[in-house]
Amino acid sequence: MACQGLAKGETTNTLKAESESLKAKLEEERAKLHDVELHQVAEKIDALGQFVMKTRRTLKGHGNKVLCMDWCRDKRRIVSSSQDGKVIVWDAYTTNKEHAVTMPCTWVMACAYAPSGCAVACGGLDNKCSVYPLSLDKNENLAAKKKSVAMHTNYLSSCSFTNSDMQILTSSGDGTCALWDVESGQLLQSFHGHSADVLSLDLAPSETGNTFVSGGCDKKANVWDMRSGQNVQSFETHESDINNVKYYPSGDAFATGSDDATCRLYDLRADREVAIYSKDSIIFGASSVDFSLSGRLLFAGYNDYTINVWDVLKGTRVAILFGHENRVSTVRVSPDGTAFCSGSWDNTLRIWA
Amino acid sequence: MSSKMQSSNNIVQAKRTVQQLRVEANIERIKVSKASADLMHYCSEHAKYDPLLMGIPASENPFKDRKPCAIL
Repeated sequence: MACQGLAKGETTNTLKAESESLKAKLEEERAKLHDVELHQVAEKIDALGQFVMKTRRTLKGHGNKVLCMDWCRDKRRIVSSSQDGKVIVWDAYTTNKEHAVTMPCTWVMACAYAPSGCAVACGGLDNKCSVYPLSLDKNENLAAKKKSVAMHTNYLSSCSFTNSDMQILTSSGDGTCALWDVESGQLLQSFHGHSADVLSLDLAPSETGNTFVSGGCDKKANVWDMRSGQNVQSFETHESDINNVKYYPSGDAFATGSDDATCRLYDLRADREVAIYSKDSIIFGASSVDFSLSGRLLFAGYNDYTINVWDVLKGTRVAILFGHENRVSTVRVSPDGTAFCSGSWDNTLRIWA
Repeated sequence: MSSKMQSSNNIVQAKRTVQQLRVEANIERIKVSKASADLMHYCSEHAKYDPLLMGIPASENPFKDRKPCAIL
C-alpha cells in the first residue's frame, strides 16, 4: 500500500480531531433512535414456560479438549476437532464415529462441514485451513487427499464454507479474515480492520446477502461486505474479548458471547446493541452462542461448565443446563432445530433435546 | 523503524480511521422500537416451526427415540 502523505492543511492533529468529532456524531445519531428497550417492547408477549432439556447422546472418543464442532446439513452428522489434533466425523443418532483424521498440528480450533456433506475443513495452530474430502471407503486414508486452502500468519480461529463447497471464509489470530477459493487456494478477498486476534465469524443467513460478522480480542464486532472487503458497521460495547458471534435467523441482528460474562444482541438496522444477557451470578466468560430456529432462544456455553438458555426478547434466563465437567467451548443448534450439540474441555460432546 | 516511517504510518492509520468513521456515520438507521417489533414479529411467525421452543413428541425427534440403537 503506497504511503499517503498529508493533504494541504491536514496534520495528524486535524485528523485526530475529525476522528473524535465523527465518533461523537455516530453516538449522537445512534442515540436519537434509541426510543425504547427491546425487553420493554417484549413485555406484552407471553413468558416462556418451563424447559426440560436433557442430554440425549454423549459422544466420547476425543482424547483431549473439544474445541469446535459443526453440523452437516443432513441434520445427523457432526464434525468435531480437538486440542490433540484429531478431527472426528460422527453420526449423532447412533454415536458411531464415521471418519477420523489426525492433523499435523495441535489445537485444531476450527472445523466446518461443507454444504454438500462431502468434505470437512479444519485448522488451528498450523495457521492454515485444510479441506479433507470424505470418502465412503472407511479404509481410505483421508490425510492423503488433504488440500491446503488458506494461509494466515497466525492461528486459524474459525472457518466456514460459504453457500457452496467452492469458497471458505476464515478468521485468524493475525487480526484478519479472508475469503479463499477452495480449488486453487487463491485469496479472493481479505478483511482488515480488527486491531487484535479475530476469534469468530458467521455468515449472514440470507442467500442474497453477502455479508458476515466477526468478533475478536479488540472487543469489537465488525460487519463486512464480502465483495468489496469493506467494514460496513462496527460495534464496541463489550468489556472484554468477543469469543463467538452468531447471526439471528432473520439476518437483521447478531448475538455475541464474551469473556466479560455477558452475551449481547446487536440490531443491524438500528445500528446498536439492543439487549444484554447477564446475571450477577454469572461471572465466567461465554465461549459460544447459537439461536434456536425462530430466534426466540439463545443457547450460550460458558467457562463455568454450564449452558444458559436465554429468552432473546425478554432478556431473561429460562434454563441452566448442567452436565459437562469442564468448560463448554462450542454450542451449535442442528440444521432442523430439533437438538443442539455442545463440545467441552471435558473431551466429550453432548446432544441436548 | 525511523521516526519518519512511524509518523507516516500514523498518518495512514489516522486517514483510514477517519474514512471508516465517515462511512459508518452516514449509514441509514431505524428506531429501536421498529427494530424490536420486527425481531418480535420474526419470532412469533417462526415459533411454531421451532422444535426446541415448542417441544415435539418423542416419536418425531430422532434424538429422543427410545428404541434400542443397532450399532453396525
